[in-house]
Amino acid sequence: MNLLLRSSYRSCLLIAIAAAVLGFGCAKKVTPPPPPKQEAPPPARPTVTLQANPTSINKGESSTLTWNSTDATQLSIDPGVGTVTAQGSTKVTPSDSTTYTITATGPGGSASATTAVSVNAPPPPPPPKEPSLRELWDRDVRDAYFDYDKADIREDARPALSSTADFLKAHPSVKATIEGHCDERGSTEYNLGLGDRRAAAVKQYLVSLGVSADRMNTVSFGKEKPFCVDHNESCWQQNRRGHFVMAN
Amino acid sequence: MLKPVRCLELLFFLAVLLSSCGSASAQDRIRMGTGLGQTKIRVALADFGPRYDSAKTHASLFTQVVRDDLQFSGILELASPSFYPTQVPTVPGELKAPAWIAAPTNATYVGFGNLTESTSEVTIQAWLFDVRNPSSPPVVGKVYRGGPTDLQVRKFAHEFADEIISKLTGGLPSVASTQIAFVRSTSPGVKEIWGMDYDGANQHQLTNLRSIAITPRWSPDASRIAFTCYEPYKGLVSAQICMYSLDTSKLIAFPRFPGTNITPAWSPDGTQIIFSSSMQGNPELYVCDVNCNRPKRLTQSSGANMSPSWNPKTGQTIAFVSDRGGTPQLYLVNVDGTGVTKIDMPDKGYVIDPAWSPNGQMLAFSWRRPNDNYDLYIMDPASQQLLELTRDQGRNERPSWAPDGRHLVFESTRSGERQIWTMLADGSQAHQLTTGGHNESPNWSTH
Repeated sequence: MNLLLRSSYRSCLLIAIAAAVLGFGCAKKVTPPPPPKQEAPPPARPTVTLQANPTSINKGESSTLTWNSTDATQLSIDPGVGTVTAQGSTKVTPSDSTTYTITATGPGGSASATTAVSVNAPPPPPPPKEPSLRELWDRDVRDAYFDYDKADIREDARPALSSTADFLKAHPSVKATIEGHCDERGSTEYNLGLGDRRAAAVKQYLVSLGVSADRMNTVSFGKEKPFCVDHNESCWQQNRRGHFVMAN
Repeated sequence: MLKPVRCLELLFFLAVLLSSCGSASAQDRIRMGTGLGQTKIRVALADFGPRYDSAKTHASLFTQVVRDDLQFSGILELASPSFYPTQVPTVPGELKAPAWIAAPTNATYVGFGNLTESTSEVTIQAWLFDVRNPSSPPVVGKVYRGGPTDLQVRKFAHEFADEIISKLTGGLPSVASTQIAFVRSTSPGVKEIWGMDYDGANQHQLTNLRSIAITPRWSPDASRIAFTCYEPYKGLVSAQICMYSLDTSKLIAFPRFPGTNITPAWSPDGTQIIFSSSMQGNPELYVCDVNCNRPKRLTQSSGANMSPSWNPKTGQTIAFVSDRGGTPQLYLVNVDGTGVTKIDMPDKGYVIDPAWSPNGQMLAFSWRRPNDNYDLYIMDPASQQLLELTRDQGRNERPSWAPDGRHLVFESTRSGERQIWTMLADGSQAHQLTTGGHNESPNWSTH
């Protein structure tokens, strides 16, 4: 009995399991109800945004356009950018204030957005500039070169000093220092004396051309501040000179 | 018994003159020996004994510096230390005179002594004995005490050498304690005045103007250095005379003048300055007191006049450079401005950098012969006899006499860059003092 009971219990269990298995199997085979026969929804209308950063630039600078879209298959930015992807950014450098329009087109229609980049007008070009005093000095003030051991104004130094004198006369507020320089061959001390005489000769010549003496001071550097340090005649010639420096 | 050699200096100059009395045609290059060989006194200087190991370094430094000084003097003969007796005295009781008289040392005089050193002091006992008269008292007996530094030990060594040279030569000035001022450039456009011991040790910067400082000249008492400077004033730069005090290590006020003011030199008594100035137009020589109130014009010419050297003996004559004749040449002028005389040379060329010898009889200078380099010469202006000191060794300029009248310091490019050298006044024993940077314009202190 006990056995039987047990056995029947066991059978029941088996049956229950089998039923459960079958039941599941059966459930799978149940055909779902057919979907309701309804119309396909219309495609979504695209959306699109467009921003410029910064919105105001100076001429020649650039601004970054950034856009985002949904449901679009084709996007393009005008003017000047053209077809773009669904999202992105690009730099634009408009020369004038510009309103950019992005047009998004998709199955659901089209949409557009705009943003404006204003370009500040450049300052009016400066009127053709008068050369500065320094530029005129550099153009018109010319040094005098000397022969070896000599402090006499050479023939080729006369036009140079005339140009210098014209500048000084045209600019009465300008003061000049005349530096006397020498090449390396003489002694330090002798060259200081020779340089002094060269500077004095240049000053005297300018005075003779009508430049007031009190606008010019002289200094001899001898061979202490050479323009050129090679040991040949072309270099020595560079160093034998009366050199002008603006003193104010 | 001492053997004073007062006559040595005279002998030397006699030798200079005699050797140049030959046919001094323009092409001649005259050379001479030292002229002192036979009369040199032979001195040995034993290694100074360190009392403790702590004094070892300074004992050998002291010994070396004294030996160098004696050797340099050119007037004594230093017996070679490798021949000395093995037993070295450190106090008089240890002196074995016969061993030093004997060959190969053959010494007439022997110097020796000892050093004791603590962390705060070095004590040096130093003697010089006449070994041929060993019973007589020491010729020199000195005790030196001071800080245990190399600088101090060097100073004592120079003082001991000075004593030896002074005693053995009957009072000829020694140079061992003298200083040399010079110009060093370590960057372009900057030259400063430096000082150093006569042997090149202890090189130290004096000025710090960061501009151009050149042509230093010691005052006769060695308390000041006059030089050419480029101190800006009210925005303008010009060459001016500057004065540096060794006592305060600072510049002393000196008046500024218009124009270019260069190449100061001292009167022998140190009360006056002579310099070149273009304050009235042309670069001429001016004389004033050390405060330079009311400078007085000395020369009058159409050329540039500079580089004065005041005769240190007579105080009456000034040698200087002038290009009034076209190229720079040597001239003499009396202190009152009279008697301007050109010194004639046997050939053309540049003649610059005159420097009177301490006895006021000779001029050292630099002469660039046509198609040649600058070389140093000595001339007796009275006889116009000429002695060539350098030849084919680069550019040699700006001689300055040592107070012993037997040495010159000068600048030379013989080793490449311009450097400071010393030599005997006959051109021998050239010795380079500076190496770093670009060094020029040496001037030897008068004591």
